[in-house]
Amino acid sequence: MTASATATVSAFPAVETERVTRDTRPLRLITCGSVDDGKSTLIGRLLWDTKAVKEDQAATLQRDSSGKQNDLGLPDFALLLDGLQAEREQGITIDVAYRYFSTDRRSFIVADTPGHEQYTRNMATGASTADLAVLLVDARTGILEQTRRHATIATLMGIRQFVLAVNKIDLTGYDRARFDEISHEFKELALSLGVKQITAIPVSALKGENVVYDGRASMPWYEGPTLVETLEKATARSNQTVGFRLPVQRVSRPGESFRGYQGTVAGGAVKPGDSVVVLPSGMVANVKQIVTFDLVRNAAVGGDAITLVLDRQVDVSRGDMIVSIDSQPMTGRSFDAQLVALQPDGIEPGKRYWLKSGSRRQRVSVAPASQLDLKNGNWTATDKLAMNAIGKVALSFDEQAVFDTYEQNRTTGAFILIDPDTHNTVAGGMITGRHSELGGIHKGDERVILSLPADLADRLMATEIFASRRHDAEVRHTNAGRAAEILADLDE
Amino acid sequence: MSDSRNEAEAKGAAASKPPLDPHLKALENEAIHIFREVAAEFERPVMLYSIGKDSSVLLHLARKAFHPGRIPFPLLHVNTGWKFAEMISFRDEIVKRYDLDLIEHINPRGAAENVTPFTHGSARYTDIMKTEALRHALDAGKYDAAFGGARRDEEASRAKERIYSFRTPDHRWDPRNQRPELWNIYNGMISRGESVRAFPLSNWTEVDIWRYIQAENIPIVPLYFAEKRPYVERDGMMILAEDPRLELLPGETKQEGLIRFRTLGCFPLTGAIRSAATTLDDIISELETATVSERQGRAIDRDQSGSMEKKKREGYF
Ligand SMILES: Nc1nc2c(ncn2[C@@H]2O[C@H](COP(=O)(O)OP(=O)(O)OP(=O)(O)O)[C@@H](O)[C@H]2O)c(=O)[nH]1
Ligand SMILES: [Mg+2]
Repeated sequence: MTASATATVSAFPAVETERVTRDTRPLRLITCGSVDDGKSTLIGRLLWDTKAVKEDQAATLQRDSSGKQNDLGLPDFALLLDGLQAEREQGITIDVAYRYFSTDRRSFIVADTPGHEQYTRNMATGASTADLAVLLVDARTGILEQTRRHATIATLMGIRQFVLAVNKIDLTGYDRARFDEISHEFKELALSLGVKQITAIPVSALKGENVVYDGRASMPWYEGPTLVETLEKATARSNQTVGFRLPVQRVSRPGESFRGYQGTVAGGAVKPGDSVVVLPSGMVANVKQIVTFDLVRNAAVGGDAITLVLDRQVDVSRGDMIVSIDSQPMTGRSFDAQLVALQPDGIEPGKRYWLKSGSRRQRVSVAPASQLDLKNGNWTATDKLAMNAIGKVALSFDEQAVFDTYEQNRTTGAFILIDPDTHNTVAGGMITGRHSELGGIHKGDERVILSLPADLADRLMATEIFASRRHDAEVRHTNAGRAAEILADLDE
Repeated sequence: MSDSRNEAEAKGAAASKPPLDPHLKALENEAIHIFREVAAEFERPVMLYSIGKDSSVLLHLARKAFHPGRIPFPLLHVNTGWKFAEMISFRDEIVKRYDLDLIEHINPRGAAENVTPFTHGSARYTDIMKTEALRHALDAGKYDAAFGGARRDEEASRAKERIYSFRTPDHRWDPRNQRPELWNIYNGMISRGESVRAFPLSNWTEVDIWRYIQAENIPIVPLYFAEKRPYVERDGMMILAEDPRLELLPGETKQEGLIRFRTLGCFPLTGAIRSAATTLDDIISELETATVSERQGRAIDRDQSGSMEKKKREGYF
């Protein structure tokens, strides 16, 4: 079943030599969209039609489908994905399923994510590593708030290729006008999110039309590619390279004579002789050797798990980052980020969390600033983020932190927040830039300090103009007496 | 080892060995990353070693991850006393060859209460000799992280499992409440008594495993290769008939045929397949045209749909 990688290479035009090596990796994709739009059925169908389902699994599927058969007498393909007992009982997806399949041209890793809002965290889990998102819409209901949420999260996480699958088209009598209407609305949504690569396909996941086999018999009006053809042509995410990055996972000291820094290259390339800096300490050294099990290598690139030996004694420990000297990441104590809140408690203002990025874990306090309103795409001011909210936040660290922007590097720009009490992962975040101590909200030199009754301040802050510049304002609640004292101090 | 490849040969081949194809390379990098991360973040990791092909790949990756150092944690073999004899001799040779720290655990109830796959049925036997044994061994070693060779393509509930699979103090998996696991940032924070099962091979498929074994010259138990072997047919499975403890039931006869195993476990519960695949190339091409999944040969997975999830909730790997 698995296509050999060499077959994949030849499927790509020779001109793109640089891409070829990259695209022999499997394409990672997710399905997303609202509840019951048919995500699991679609992937089940994809596995079925690419012959990824073995006879014994097919027999189990037939057995498990009995009684739940649809009017068409077809098996319930979603059961190939919904492998948890609770999922089978409720007929919904709760957690991501990872599946592997291939065609003659390419192999794929697909994450089937849940549509339920309650399980948005599991959708985010699937989206974080995906190259492409297949957004499903039920042709009868069209685009819903959950479709928007998923499209937004997918974009935040860096996905720039969408396939819109207008599903259950069989239930609309293969209505072309309906397909055009939904595709049009979706293209507007995607463009507003900055995604330009969109392929819209009318699909019946259940009947297998335009999934692997074309649906010309029922939809002669559609002349575009099937889902699988689109996936075969998609590009895998590149690891944007701003410069060499090695988050140090561990220091290897098997004996007195050897000291190596082990980690996975998170961007850029390195070779012996290169000058590097250890962050956050700032110490400089040269690369002496790149050691791997097989041989001493003369270069390493993004994604390689290596052991780096430097030419001099420097203090390096887990959590440090070794980077190229001429293209360094940002260091500082405050950063701006966007994040998705993943747990029922949301993100509480001023609460201190653990932040993990690469191999580094440090304490951070998180100040939410605004939240995305999915209905209109506007950011509204807030100081707390509820579960599933997408927000902009300011991060303040006790010690120096080291990041690239997520835009520039999807590894060194990504982080998770961990609740120090429950130890659960409560948010996934992406660095947007440095929040410099004197820049940011303090950069406009002239300021006005107002003291207002709380209700009036609330109304002011609810206005659009205030919300849109919430980042520029500092707000503190206090009592009238204390406010008078502070203002009196200023008058001196 | 009938695989007849030894370390010296493998090393010698290294210089001329063609580079791994990018797909296998990416899988290898990911696994090494996970090994290093767990070793750095946990106090007492251990690696489950079951002697099968996945364990062999896992062990190879662990050696790569910590090279030039030694593997910084012990291997744990939960033995049942009913493994194929060739598995045990293979294990002992590997331990010697690579200078590994191996801990073997056998549930004492096996001998004390005479628990066997024949007398207790496969479900009950697995419960005691595998699940319970594993829990005891992990508790005894106070391990806070245990590596396993499970792959998501093996079974529908595995497909749902995280790479760091969080377990409660009594080793339970709560599939409805798994921690989000974004990018390759793993959350290794746990409270006392809790633990994590870590699966570096999560994203590998069965074919990937074989292609990697071939590319890297990894030694495996000879039972994976076809050979003329004695067997009896029982419950629709071909059971290897070498162990003197296997008593023929009325109507059963010992037969001989060209067979091999797709997975290895306890010999009375593992069915062979008819095959003429005597080389890795044969195995891979056989696999690419296989019409049944590898789990088919395992009695434990056939008990009921969702049985793997149930076992995992109870602490099984
Ligand atoms: N007629 C028709 N029914 C479909 C089609 N696709 C899915 N269905 C049905 O829609 C229902 C929901 O399908 P699922 O695949 O479980 O939906 P889902 O999007 O995975 O749902 P969640 O994961 O719970 O969000 C099932 O009963 C499917 O049989 C289709 O193309 N045509
Ligand atoms: Mg689903």
